Amino acid sequence: MTTAVLQAQALALRLGGQQAVDGVSVAFDAGSWTAIVGPNGAGKSTLLSLLAGLRPPDAGRVLLQGRALADWPASERARQLAWLSQQGEAQGDIAAHDVVRLGRLPRHGLFGAPDVADETAVARAMAETECTAFAARRLSELSGGERQRVLLARALAVEAPLLLLDEPTTHLDAPHQRALLRGLAARARDGAAVVAVLHDLTLALTAHRLLVMAQGRIVADGPPADAGLRAALVQVFGGAFSIEHVVAGGVARWVAVPAI
Amino acid sequence: MAAALAVLGLAAGSEGWSFAWSGEWHLVAAIRAPRTVGALLTGALLGLAGAIAQGLFRNPLADPYLLGSAAGAGLGVVLVLAAGGLFGTLIGVANADLLLRLGLVGAAFGGALIGVALTLILARGTAQPMVLLLSGVVVGILLSALSELVMLVAPEALRGKQIFLLGSTAFFGWTSVAVLAVALVVTLPLALRFARALDALVLGEASAASLGLELPRVRLLLVVLMALATGTAVAQAGLVAFVGLVAPHIVRRLVVVTHGPLLALSALAGAVLLLASDVAARSVVVPQELPVGVLTAVLGGVYLMVLLRRRGRW
Repeated sequence: MTTAVLQAQALALRLGGQQAVDGVSVAFDAGSWTAIVGPNGAGKSTLLSLLAGLRPPDAGRVLLQGRALADWPASERARQLAWLSQQGEAQGDIAAHDVVRLGRLPRHGLFGAPDVADETAVARAMAETECTAFAARRLSELSGGERQRVLLARALAVEAPLLLLDEPTTHLDAPHQRALLRGLAARARDGAAVVAVLHDLTLALTAHRLLVMAQGRIVADGPPADAGLRAALVQVFGGAFSIEHVVAGGVARWVAVPAI
Repeated sequence: MAAALAVLGLAAGSEGWSFAWSGEWHLVAAIRAPRTVGALLTGALLGLAGAIAQGLFRNPLADPYLLGSAAGAGLGVVLVLAAGGLFGTLIGVANADLLLRLGLVGAAFGGALIGVALTLILARGTAQPMVLLLSGVVVGILLSALSELVMLVAPEALRGKQIFLLGSTAFFGWTSVAVLAVALVVTLPLALRFARALDALVLGEASAASLGLELPRVRLLLVVLMALATGTAVAQAGLVAFVGLVAPHIVRRLVVVTHGPLLALSALAGAVLLLASDVAARSVVVPQELPVGVLTAVLGGVYLMVLLRRRGRW
């Protein structure tokens, strides 16, 4: 039996008098591509930050490659796990290029110097999210979409076997959304475990697996092809959309159609 | 620019400009030179502390006097002055003897560090920056209130405190210069070593932590460096306003850099700013001189107003 890259056991956390995460157990294998969806306040971002070890749970634990997150030295853990926050948190006047370079901090540490491999990884990540053109501009002067591409490149530059991304498609236009999702799927094919909180349900339905959350719990877990999962998805959003099966460009997929 | 200002600093005497140094060498060596070097070093410490504060709290309006150091220094000075008053020596800072001067410097330095230590205790460490900032405000208010109380009991301390805290480079001797230099030699290289942590904080607390930084420890170290730099500067020159706030702004406007160069350049900008202000303070109304803190406050305030109008944002 192979060990899951990341495994959560009975995670629970109360925030502001609410049970933000309520007894969540879930595992993510190498080569998997999972989207976490659910209405506002369902606990998606909180769960993701618990999975990343960025806050301690009230109960339960998280195992990274079979070893409790808390037992990992911070720098080693940082090499195994790339995290992308929601965009609003990043602010400052350093250049886009230097922001992406921070992704290599777990490799060379606070006091080490970046080597050729680091610079190559940075260049690769910036090329992938198409932010080379504004590499020298300040983060604070970029548009929302440009900033998001820089922050994504920062997370990708870690080149970690596990990616935890909170709303990675925010502010991205359609071509960049497509490029990102293709990139994430490609990383999963190469063996990484990719987990992303997504708001756009049609984008989320392109993932291999969906976790549907409501009120701090996972209420459905499975591939988009699972009819039960789709029904649960429609239900937690109060029937605000239907999920249709369409064939476009020779590819069959599920899309969310707003019920207006 | 710093060099040109230094020449002006050596030339600015109480009776106007004078470049005929050979005739008044003792003046230059004993008064103008330490004052000039001291102003450079004080400005550098404040610029450095300001850049650390703004990076640490991710706030371009943060200044080195946050976290209770200013109020702590003020209380220390008032206590020494009041104690001096109690022992029957009415003291003006300007004519204070060496012993008292040392006492004031020590009290200001100790007070600044105690202020920051109280803030750290109240905030229970550095885990939550917002709690840390609020604790700094609370400690600042409490220590200032204590100062007021002491001054009610010993009103003669008021004038001395005013002069001391207005910010002045008039008291620098070579001893002050040595102390300031040691502080800069200790704090600047250490701060530069941790500059990448400030870069990572640009991403936000969670992302910085995800990069493997042990934030509470790194933050504590940076707070200590900031307190040392600020405490030393305040103890030697009083509360020189705005230099620590404005110096990093000027650097960020001029160049796009990471925190390593930003810290070093902010120290340089602070040095230039304070020396320029000092030279101006000594030259505007010869033979009188303005307290340099008043001048930096005016210049800094005007600069920030212009910045605000031009950019419409910080």
